[in-house]
Amino acid sequence: MASPGVRVLLLLVLVSSAHGDASGINRTRGNRTLTPEEEEDSQQHHNNTKAFPVLSFNFEHVRKPFEISLWILLALLMKLGFHLIPRVSHIVPESCLLIVVGLLVGGVIKALDSDASDTNSSVPVLNTKLFFLYLLPPIILDAGYFLPIRHFTENLGTILMFAVVGTLWNAFFIGGMMYGVCQIEAAQLGDVDLLSCLLFGSIISAVDPVAVLAVFEEIHINELLYILVFGESLLNDAVTVVLYHLFEEFSHAGTVTITDAFLGVICFFVVSLGGVMIGLIYGIVGAFTSRFTLHSRVIEPLFVFLYSYMAYLSAEVFHLSGIMSLIACGVAMRPYVEANISHKSYTTIKYFMKMWSSVSETLIFIFLGVSTVAGPHVWNWTFVIFTVILCLVSRVLGVVGLTFIINKFRIVKLTKKDQFIVAYGGLRGAIAFSLGFLLTDTHMKTMFLTAIITVIFFTVFVQGMTIRPLVELLAVKKKKETKRSINEEIHTQFLDHLLTGIEDVCGHYGHHHWKDKLNRFNKTYVKKCLISGERSTEPQLISFYNKMELRQAMMLVESGSLAVLPSLTSMQNIQPRDTVKQRVIPSISKRREEEIRKMLRSNLQKTRQRLRSYSRHDLMMDPFEEDLSEVKFRKQRVEMGRRVRLTETHLNVHNSLSFKGMVSQMGYSMPLQGGERKENKQMKALKMWGFIMFIFS
Amino acid sequence: MGALMSAADHPEHSDLTDRTGFSLEQIGVLRKRFKQLSHNEETLRREHFNEIPDLACNPIRAQIIEAFFDTRNFHQNGERTVQGTVQEISFKDFLVVMSHFRPPSLHMTEEQREHVRREKLRFLFNMHDTDNDGTITLEEYRHVVEELLSRSGALEKETAKCIADAAMLEVASISMGHMEPDEFYEGITFEHFFKLLKGFDIEAKMNIRFLNMATTLCK
Repeated sequence: MASPGVRVLLLLVLVSSAHGDASGINRTRGNRTLTPEEEEDSQQHHNNTKAFPVLSFNFEHVRKPFEISLWILLALLMKLGFHLIPRVSHIVPESCLLIVVGLLVGGVIKALDSDASDTNSSVPVLNTKLFFLYLLPPIILDAGYFLPIRHFTENLGTILMFAVVGTLWNAFFIGGMMYGVCQIEAAQLGDVDLLSCLLFGSIISAVDPVAVLAVFEEIHINELLYILVFGESLLNDAVTVVLYHLFEEFSHAGTVTITDAFLGVICFFVVSLGGVMIGLIYGIVGAFTSRFTLHSRVIEPLFVFLYSYMAYLSAEVFHLSGIMSLIACGVAMRPYVEANISHKSYTTIKYFMKMWSSVSETLIFIFLGVSTVAGPHVWNWTFVIFTVILCLVSRVLGVVGLTFIINKFRIVKLTKKDQFIVAYGGLRGAIAFSLGFLLTDTHMKTMFLTAIITVIFFTVFVQGMTIRPLVELLAVKKKKETKRSINEEIHTQFLDHLLTGIEDVCGHYGHHHWKDKLNRFNKTYVKKCLISGERSTEPQLISFYNKMELRQAMMLVESGSLAVLPSLTSMQNIQPRDTVKQRVIPSISKRREEEIRKMLRSNLQKTRQRLRSYSRHDLMMDPFEEDLSEVKFRKQRVEMGRRVRLTETHLNVHNSLSFKGMVSQMGYSMPLQGGERKENKQMKALKMWGFIMFIFS
Repeated sequence: MGALMSAADHPEHSDLTDRTGFSLEQIGVLRKRFKQLSHNEETLRREHFNEIPDLACNPIRAQIIEAFFDTRNFHQNGERTVQGTVQEISFKDFLVVMSHFRPPSLHMTEEQREHVRREKLRFLFNMHDTDNDGTITLEEYRHVVEELLSRSGALEKETAKCIADAAMLEVASISMGHMEPDEFYEGITFEHFFKLLKGFDIEAKMNIRFLNMATTLCK
């Protein structure tokens, strides 16, 4: 079994040889097309000896897609490789490892190229167009579609404060101080003027969503802190866009007037609100389209992706904030689309998004490493050191100052620990680099780029690596790992209504009051338009319950066991004895019934074949897999495989539309039992046993 | 007028500050609201609550109103010396009920936080346990779910029943662990309820912003 190191080496050789081949072919090609006469000559010369080419080599034909695929393959194999070295992947976050790989690959390519023509380096660089149009959208879409809405809206005020005021503060502070630094005689930076410094400040001040995601996802921090830092990184895009364009315009013009500043403020509102509006429009149209996809389920996921991507591109056309547009589209679309599409499409969407965003993220970090090696660098000690220090200082000052103001308005205040994590989690990343790349070519550009890369490296390596032990050290609350139970869902809804009621009693039009109004508006008008069929009137509690049932049916079936999972408590335990006979199974709509039935049938047929074999969940736990209790299931199954005791329960038929109806039509009365292992979904097992018996009979 | 009520105006207010933890301004604002609701009488009755228009479309309206008249909520730690419900409440009782929705202060020890959590969960428990017997039976829980779904169009009684049953099963298996087939789970006691919602972070959720109320008092 080749070790990862050997594998890496093989890949590098492969990449460089492909590269070498490409340039090799170019050269020979070049030689060949010298003159038509010579060609004819050689051809005539070879005419009699030239046989039909059985095998020929034509690389130029597939060059571009070949290289792209090779890069992506390299990125993914690296990702695989890291997880085979457990010690390293615990200490070092993946993003750092990927940057290192990028550096290595870049170094190899550069070394190979240095003997070839060095007029234009053919090392691929993180092209701005590539980044903004192809690599960034999947990540943002994934983030926006699965954004935890409840936490986001509860903390929206705080997030906006950090995103807008915090970024402005960072930009001006860094820009101003750097200008001061540039005035120092010893630094030889006298030609850097104020506007350039401010431009530089605006590029470097924005917290980067890609880097934040990459690091925070591994440390499993609690939802509040996650949404604060991540939300800030998403919403500061509008500020960054406006500041960047503003200062770039000004640095050409040379002077700033008051009207320009005023127009800048207006521009900010236009950029952010316009972006959100475009996103909402595309989102609503997408939701409306999904209403009619009943008969063409296979293309449902594509609608989600395409509408979102169009939203992003449309916003970019008008120089509006593409990120905010994408987020608004995903958020607007999601509740309606999920009610309309089939379960398979939902799974497809989820996994495709995760896949694309994972590939994008990997590629971004690798390219960052490669570009570092490629680009021309101008290293100025003073500039770089001061940039790094000022970034840290301004971030800390900004967070502390803003929290002081914000805590006056928050119900649940932010503690010092929270502030520290928010300040420390302000990572810079590839967006800053790409924006720097977009700058017009002045001699300052390379110096700026070097400084930006240094800051990115510093934040990703130093802060990224140390944040995990710091989180442990400070005992910051981690994310709750358990899934939401039905009790919590009931009480969440109950609490919502209770708080709205109390606010009404107080006569106070607060947060809950408006949320309640919005919900009611949503229910009466919007849902009727955008959701097809009877699901438009389904209350949230019931859809949650149905989803849970579906999930459990699948879990039970996928664990591959025919034996009913015995449980601790059954229905008999909680019901008074005389009413045991009256248990009913709810009637689900016919469409869902069909879906569940089909799914069970197909899965159970497979089960029949692999009765005694291991389930396929022997692989390592995929972090995107929700159901951690599958592992529990597997263990349980193995242990209690010996004992299958059957007890009796009573099922009465109330209407023939229910599943029970199916079962009872077979004249079957199922045996079922409570056993010794702990399992708290006995009732579901009951029903599933019914299906199983029905399908097998 | 407004926020600057001094302790001299209402000497009992300072006593209330200690009992409920509200500041003087907040007590002043709530007193104004109390007067508004009760049409300047000294006590509030159920009819006064029924007059609040916004409350009419709330699915759990009845339970909320009952909570104000439940004597169990009139004491800081939910202990019941006098059981049952009363017909009218004074301003003091109104304030004590409202104090259950005060946010926890920034600097609290773990113990204090636990105490606040217990209080809030006790309030919720009392809302569910309508017959005052100290446990939430299956019937009472079913009633809760039915009420929650009551405004959502078609009342699917059977689904509501099943949801309540599933929830009850979950509580039973979390609290009781293994049960023999002929054992009977009486109902959710307060300790089980507390254990169930331990991770729910209720002290951060069950809060009303009493801060800017002076400016937003409606009709």
